[in-house]
Order: sequence, then C-alpha cells, then structure tokens
Amino acid sequence: MLKGPLRTLAGLTVAAMLAAPPVLAADEFITVASTTSTENSGLFDNLLPKFEEETGVDVRVVAVGTGQAIDLAKRGDADVLFVHHKPSEEKFVAEGFGVERYDVMYNDFVIVGPRSDPARIAGMSDAVAALDKIAESRAPFASRGDDSGTHKKELGLWKQAGTDVAAASGSWYRETGSGMGATLNTAAGMEAYALTDRATWISFENKGDLEILVEGDKRLFNPYGVILVNPEKHPHVKAEAGQKFIDWIISPEGQEAIADYKLNGQQLFFPDYRAGS
Amino acid sequence: MFEFAAAFERAAALILTWDADLAEIVALSLQVSLTAVAIAALLGLPLGAAVALVRFPGRRAAAVLLSALMGLPPVVVGLVVYLMLSRAGPLGVLGLLFTPTAMVIAQVVLVTPIIAAIARQVVEDLWAEYEEQLRSLGTTPARAIGTLLWDGRFSLVTAILAGFGRASAEVGAVMIVGGNIDHVTRVMTTTIALETSKGDLPLALGLGIILIALSLTINAAAFLAQDLARRSQQ
Repeated sequence: MLKGPLRTLAGLTVAAMLAAPPVLAADEFITVASTTSTENSGLFDNLLPKFEEETGVDVRVVAVGTGQAIDLAKRGDADVLFVHHKPSEEKFVAEGFGVERYDVMYNDFVIVGPRSDPARIAGMSDAVAALDKIAESRAPFASRGDDSGTHKKELGLWKQAGTDVAAASGSWYRETGSGMGATLNTAAGMEAYALTDRATWISFENKGDLEILVEGDKRLFNPYGVILVNPEKHPHVKAEAGQKFIDWIISPEGQEAIADYKLNGQQLFFPDYRAGS
Repeated sequence: MFEFAAAFERAAALILTWDADLAEIVALSLQVSLTAVAIAALLGLPLGAAVALVRFPGRRAAAVLLSALMGLPPVVVGLVVYLMLSRAGPLGVLGLLFTPTAMVIAQVVLVTPIIAAIARQVVEDLWAEYEEQLRSLGTTPARAIGTLLWDGRFSLVTAILAGFGRASAEVGAVMIVGGNIDHVTRVMTTTIALETSKGDLPLALGLGIILIALSLTINAAAFLAQDLARRSQQ
C-alpha cells in the first residue's frame, strides 16, 4: 500500500522496533520511588546489581524530589519509598500509605557558597547562625524550591533563623524549583550560597567557584528511611518483592554495601539500621 | 570554549568505543519516537486531510484547533498522561506508567497535531489546485482524501519529519511518564537532563551532539528516499 518515501520511513520504523532490545527483560521487578541524591551520587548503581544478582528481582528507580516521591507512592505508582525527610515519612506511615519505616543510612547537609564568601560564614559550625548572616548580607542564596527533602530541611533552618524567605523570594533568595544538581549549577553560575546533601556535592562535577563553608552542625543530620507501600491501600503493590528489597538493604550485607560505596575516596552514606529501633 | 572541545571529545569517544549503555539508550530513543511518529502519522494524515476536504460545521475552528495544538506544552501532556496512567487514575489498572509504552502515548499526543495540521494545509492547497479536474472526474472531496494524500506525499514527509523532530527532542513528557529509569525508560533527552543535573556538562553536551547527529541522519535518509522515489517516477 505504501510506496516510495513512506515505505522507506515505515521500513525504518519497523527496523528500529525490531532492532531495539526487548524492553521487559527481567521477570520480576519492583519500582522504588527515591530521591535524586541517591541516584545522582551513584549509590544505586553500586547497590542494586548486588541485590538483583542475589534475588533475581529487578529494581526500577524513579529518582525525583522527596515530596514528589511520596506523592508517587501515595498514588500507588511505586512499591517502595526510599527518601530523606523523616517527619514526612512518619506521616506517610501514620496515614496508612506505608507499612513501616526503617532507618537505612544517613549523611549530612552542608552549606556551600562562593570562595569570596560575601556573608563571611566560612568555618562556622552553627548552620542557623550562618543562614542568619546570609540573610543579613542579602547575598544570593539558591534554594531548591521544589518540596524535596533538602528543601524542607532548608525551610526548617530558615524558620529557626527567623527569616521570612518567602518575602525575599526573587531578590537575594532565589528558588530554582529544580533538583539538587540543577540548583548547584545555578548557584555556581550566580555565585550563590546553597544547602546541599554531601553525597550530591561530592559527586557533583561543576562546582565552579563553590566550596563547603559550613558543616558539622547536628541540625544538618540527613537520615534516609525506607518504607514498603501499604498493599492494603494499593492491592497491586508487590509486597513480597518490595519487602525482600527492604530486608536486604537493612541486612548486614546491604548495610555493608552502603558503607563500601566511596567516591573520590570519600564515603557518601553511613548505614544506621539498628534492629528493634 | 573549553567545554565545547571537551564535549566533542566525549561524543567522539562514546561513538568510537560504542558504549553498550549508550547503544541501549539510543535504541530506546529511536524505538519510542519512531513508534510514536508512525502511530501519529496513521492518525494525523487522514485527520488532517479530512479537516481539509470534508465540509462540516466548525471546520475552520477545527483547523485553528489543530494548529494551536502543535504548541502543546510537553510537560502538560506528560502530566495529563501521567494522571491517566497512574494507579490512582482511570487507566491505572493497565500498569503502563513508567514503561516505554507510556512514553509512546505521550509522544503520540504531542506529534499527531503537528502532522495533522501540516497535512491539512498540504491537502487543502492541492484541492484548490486540482478541484476542477477532480470534480470533472466525478470525485467528491471526501473521496479525494486518499488521492490527495498520495499526491502530496513529498510534502507530507516534511510533516512526518517535523513530528519526529518534536518527538525525539522533547524531554518534559517522557521524563514524567517514563520516570527516566535506567535500562527501562532512559532515553537520550532524559539522559542529557540527568547528566546536566550531575554537573557533568561535557558528557551532557556530548550526548546532545550524538542526538543531533542522529536526527541529521534520519532527515538525510528521508531526503534520499524522496529523491530516489522522484527519480523512479521520471
């Protein structure tokens, strides 16, 4: 029926469809809604093959901000939630969307900024006081602005500092509304301060003139939790395979695999599952 | 300018070593976009021709609508398809979210209006040119759809290529409905977005160069096919 160029195009299409590898190779898979920090830092590339080899369960990671990940899980579009904002995670479980929250690992947040450091915060160990100085000097600050775990953390710190960032939005306080990497790209471009998790920072390759200025405040603690989406809410949730993943990641073997992952000689995440915790 | 030199080097290295992950990503990109364009052409060509030829109330409005839909924002289409395919959505039981099929669906929605709108213009122009001739042969507008689509095939290839350009270049929709899952729904554009967010700008740009080269190859192939077809007619 088709002739000439149309036939060629149709032929190309069919060829492309045949040439592409079969899309559903693994028999069993689970979908994990997680955050950009775990994906972008390369942690999953290191962890998942070990789990997949052992169990034959393929893990599909959808890496978005914590807020979006929780929303995905609430809608039943993921089997396991693996994020980093404890209050939201506990609420997720309390509302019946999740079965149980397990501590998995932690790292910490750091405040990065330009070497010139116009707000003079370098070396401070009080994160709230540092933010206060940034607000005072009206030096540019790049915020995620995307309801992610890091954004929620940052807003909590601003609240403690007594700064109304919503009022400053658009002037020195700039909400990028995007992921951690994109926000760091923006911060590097406009020599702004930013709050970032250490894993993303270490793996980020476009640091430009930015460096870590504030770290070590215990309020910058960044714990990750893992939760099975409640099959009672969403019957199609692959509870058995999902629980298998959770059991593995909190097992001594999974915890060791997390501790083993290093980038440029630095450990990115610290396992912290404690039985009965 | 250092970045651009580095980007070309990365692109060249990726192609020369024929990285297996890259091959998989390129294959999936082509699979998704070409499938979407093929389906969109099957829907859009007859639709565009029908709007051009069949007299019905609101025909002008339909033509305007088709044109306007060419500018559908990919993120909005992605969001709507996501809400439809989500487990909590009306088509959730199909379990299509985060699969290449979901990406094809989103791209069909984006591409069909482009092909239909251009096809409408092409067929309308042809009808204006050949109306007398066709009517003297007793052909009604509705029955001329097939004839004129065939007559305008060379122009319509451009419509299809425009659709392919849109499909292969967009990132907003496939990111939302595909989820950019490694080895499952990761395509060229979502990989570029990912590498940009990791701050690996040379790799991101290198992948961009490969994507553009790919588009160039497909367009060149289509032009070549057109030339061959024209020549075989003479």
